[in-house]
Amino acid sequence: MNAPIGAGRFIGQRLPRTEDARLLTGRGLFTDDVVLAGMLHVAFVRSPIARGRIVSIDAIAAGGLPGVHAILTASDLAVLRIDMLNFFLAVPDIAIGPLASGRVAYVGDPVAMVIAADRYLAEDAAGLVAVEYAEEIPTVTISDAKRTGADPVHAGTESNEAAAMGDPEDDAIEAVLAAAPHLVSASFTHQRISQSPMEARGVVAARRGGELTVYISCQSPQLVARYLAQAFGLPPANIRVIAKDVGGSFGLKSIPWREEVAVIAAGMLLGCPLKWTEDRLENLTASNHAREQELTLRVGFDAEGRMLACHADYGINNGAYPHGADANIAVMMFLWAAYKMPQFSFLARGWYTNTPGLGAYRGPWAIETQVREVLLDMAARQIGIDPIELRRRNLITKADQPCTTPLGIVLEDITPAECLDKLLEAVDVAAFRAEQAAARAQGRHLGLGVAAYIEPTAGSTGIAVLATDVAQIRIEPTGRVTAILSTHSQGHGTQTTMAQVIAETLGVGFDAVSVFEDDSSRGGFGAGASGSRQAVAGGGAAIRASAILVDKVTRIAAHLLNANPAYVRIEDGMVHVAGVAEMTRSLREIAEIAYGEPDRLPPGMEPGLEAQYRYRPPPITFTSAAHACIVEVDTETGFVSIKRWVCAEDCGVMINPAVVEGQIAGGLAQAIGAVLLEDMAYDANGNPTTATYKDYLLPAISDVPDFEYIHASTRSKAEGGFRGVGEGGAIIGPPTLINAIADALSPFGARCLDTPLTPSRILDLIAGRTSAKRHEAAGPAAEKATMPPPPAPPAAPPSPAKAAVDGLWKMVLATPMGPQEMTGRFETDGETLRGRLDSAQGAQDFQGKVSGTHLKWEMKVTKPVSITLKYDIQIDGDKLTGKVKMGFFGTAKVTGVRA
Amino acid sequence: MSEHHIAVTINGRLHQATVEGRQVLGDFLRVTAGLTGLHLGCEHGVCGACTIIVDGKAVRACLMLAAQADGTSITTVEGLAAPDGTLHPVQQALRDAHGLQCGFCTPGIVMTLAALMQAPAPATEETLLAAMSGHICRCTGYQGIRRAIRALTARPPGEPA
Repeated sequence: MNAPIGAGRFIGQRLPRTEDARLLTGRGLFTDDVVLAGMLHVAFVRSPIARGRIVSIDAIAAGGLPGVHAILTASDLAVLRIDMLNFFLAVPDIAIGPLASGRVAYVGDPVAMVIAADRYLAEDAAGLVAVEYAEEIPTVTISDAKRTGADPVHAGTESNEAAAMGDPEDDAIEAVLAAAPHLVSASFTHQRISQSPMEARGVVAARRGGELTVYISCQSPQLVARYLAQAFGLPPANIRVIAKDVGGSFGLKSIPWREEVAVIAAGMLLGCPLKWTEDRLENLTASNHAREQELTLRVGFDAEGRMLACHADYGINNGAYPHGADANIAVMMFLWAAYKMPQFSFLARGWYTNTPGLGAYRGPWAIETQVREVLLDMAARQIGIDPIELRRRNLITKADQPCTTPLGIVLEDITPAECLDKLLEAVDVAAFRAEQAAARAQGRHLGLGVAAYIEPTAGSTGIAVLATDVAQIRIEPTGRVTAILSTHSQGHGTQTTMAQVIAETLGVGFDAVSVFEDDSSRGGFGAGASGSRQAVAGGGAAIRASAILVDKVTRIAAHLLNANPAYVRIEDGMVHVAGVAEMTRSLREIAEIAYGEPDRLPPGMEPGLEAQYRYRPPPITFTSAAHACIVEVDTETGFVSIKRWVCAEDCGVMINPAVVEGQIAGGLAQAIGAVLLEDMAYDANGNPTTATYKDYLLPAISDVPDFEYIHASTRSKAEGGFRGVGEGGAIIGPPTLINAIADALSPFGARCLDTPLTPSRILDLIAGRTSAKRHEAAGPAAEKATMPPPPAPPAAPPSPAKAAVDGLWKMVLATPMGPQEMTGRFETDGETLRGRLDSAQGAQDFQGKVSGTHLKWEMKVTKPVSITLKYDIQIDGDKLTGKVKMGFFGTAKVTGVRA
Repeated sequence: MSEHHIAVTINGRLHQATVEGRQVLGDFLRVTAGLTGLHLGCEHGVCGACTIIVDGKAVRACLMLAAQADGTSITTVEGLAAPDGTLHPVQQALRDAHGLQCGFCTPGIVMTLAALMQAPAPATEETLLAAMSGHICRCTGYQGIRRAIRALTARPPGEPA
């Protein structure tokens, strides 16, 4: 490698972005810009009710309109066998089709698609499709979902519980909490958020002969190509997915969903190019959403404010058709990861409702930081300690590492405590307190909020689609460099940052590198923008592939010039031999020989200058940060004005600090939106009440202050020393701002438990009124009052039931990565159980205990990580139910039937 | 459905077309004229992504009908840079300041700033910032846009305030 990474010629420089030249002049290529000959346009007929049966669909009048080519429903698409897949590319355990089949499950559910000569005509016809529904009472909120056990959202399920992990309570932890000198408890709710990329979803699909070309607004054309191949059952077609420019995504476009798949399916059936561009009404009301959650924490502290134990109870609204049925285990994995928390238990559950499905949104687990940091400030007030001092006593410092979190994650190089120190060098807290006191004397309410966190980035274990990224780089015979990467930009600027990495490593000019990442037919699989991974995984792959080329050029040059390879180096596109200026050759000369005169190469060397490297980054690369913000709250109007915001973050070696700061700032603006403005609201009948941008309020320039940055830059263990930074602002921003508001409102004793903190809610807090939302949303107390009693533990069966247990069982384990099918063989011998589990991962024998029809056993597995699985199963007739404790992955449900 | 014959000068070239009365100007420019630089972000006048310059004024192309554009002179983002490719000062300032990420809202922001910068009296920072409150950018947190505005309105050294 030519240059030290970290303070390089290109790495670390604020280079202007390559992308901007086309985007500023209107020369980008977004999906709706694509026009193909003979292309027709799609509009969807959508459900106006949240739940009901489709009685009839009458498309006769609509089909008779001039310009209408076809009107398709679920039964028309059924000739193609389509498996909608979740983000893990697994088949979900509820039936999901591209179009509603027989029933509708949310307002906006696509019931039929109209295909017409232009979008105006398609919408005209969609308005004429008459659908009769038998309306039913919908399940809208998490509280509804918990109550409606008898009539679940999805037929064939026993309850609305979409996923569950953990346990209601742990006796040991309850004892610690009961004895703790200080117990701090609070229940928080987070509103539903629309990701709101400025470009909504869109797709153009064209089948020509044996090739299916799909232009789609997405986060990775490679992932979409793989998704489509699997969803359509590996069709005998060459699938090519193209996404040049994408107008933001933030998680929404992580996989193609019902409408996109419906358009692609229709395109395959009809054989003519089809376009669907989601309009804003559709995007707000029918796209998947995020973040509707509740989290109750109970934390015990000792007399000095050191944490002793915690129990968390969490719920997330999965809507009807989530991108992956989810209890959001990451919330629990990272809730206390940066803090010294000796004992921790949790119950995390996801709930199906009659609302649009749960999708990803920047930092999907972000509520952990929001609730933890807000609760720590509450604890500081309750215990009587300064909130910064409380954090210092509990944060994991460099000296504490390596260490392992309560959920088994090894920490080696996190720096939140050090970021906090750096932050406080820039923010004079004592001076602020004096200013705050003076302002209060004048009736003005200033507040300071501080928060700290760590962010997992570029995870490469546990989620198969996120494990690796690939770089294919060639030095062309012209001497120019072409890089084809599995990264993808929806605004990330990877065409620029990856070129910086490659130019630095190869020793060529930045302008000599062309980066392509827009076409699945070039390059290899990768998840693109997902999990803050691109700098780490894509950058690592780019460095390693470049290094292969450096080595090859060096060996060729040494051979041609009869020089010692140790003295060969590449600089600015020229190949030098140290101390011998006349031996200097251009990279182009070397490349021409490598491709065109293979006889001159070292014996046995493959011709050409082309390299590929598929890089797996470390299991998790952590980014750390501490932020502070100062606000003024107008207690007459409830309006919050942000006066200052300082960010001290450690994202390792920065490739382009302007891009890093852009990522942080964008996340912070979204945080400000979530705390003060945005609320994707539904009424009790499941009707969306914020269907336009006049109702769903996004932050404007006047809502977002100038951000100040302090960069710490501790090298990571990943290639290049990079750490991800894509999601952090959206994670740490909310508690920083909420804590500042709560500090400003502390004279009123206000506790900020629910977002958004709109002016009217802030006036409620000042007046000590309980917000209307809190009345509706069931806190744990209300939940206990309205919930049916939890099912009694399985009673000991009356007699040994060898016949009831022994034999073959078909079982399904509901893992976070999707349902996993297994075959179980049980054989009882008195109280001893012997058996064998067979799955796609292999077979394993076990031995355990049986009491009647109650089975218990443990088995160790080593893949994907080494954990002990503890099974607890109850057999009832030909059915089997129970759970399996999976180490730090929590608890998963097991169901089964006799085979 | 009513049909209208319109003649519009777009980026200096005369376009003639027959349009339906209900056709939105933004759709006409994107689909009929092929000028896909303007983006329709919300189609109800809030996000500002579709902003163009009509007879010297910044206008949202989603709130105007094509028929209403008859006889006007329109500049879209494609018509802003010099023929030799030199960026308009607004485009250059945004590029220098990292004022965009995904670039979907950017054409509208460019056109609003360009319209105000060409006004007879030079626009102030306050004017431009106030105008930007009518544009939504979901990516940048507006940091680079604000820096670009400050660069555009910074007085040359020595010029009286």
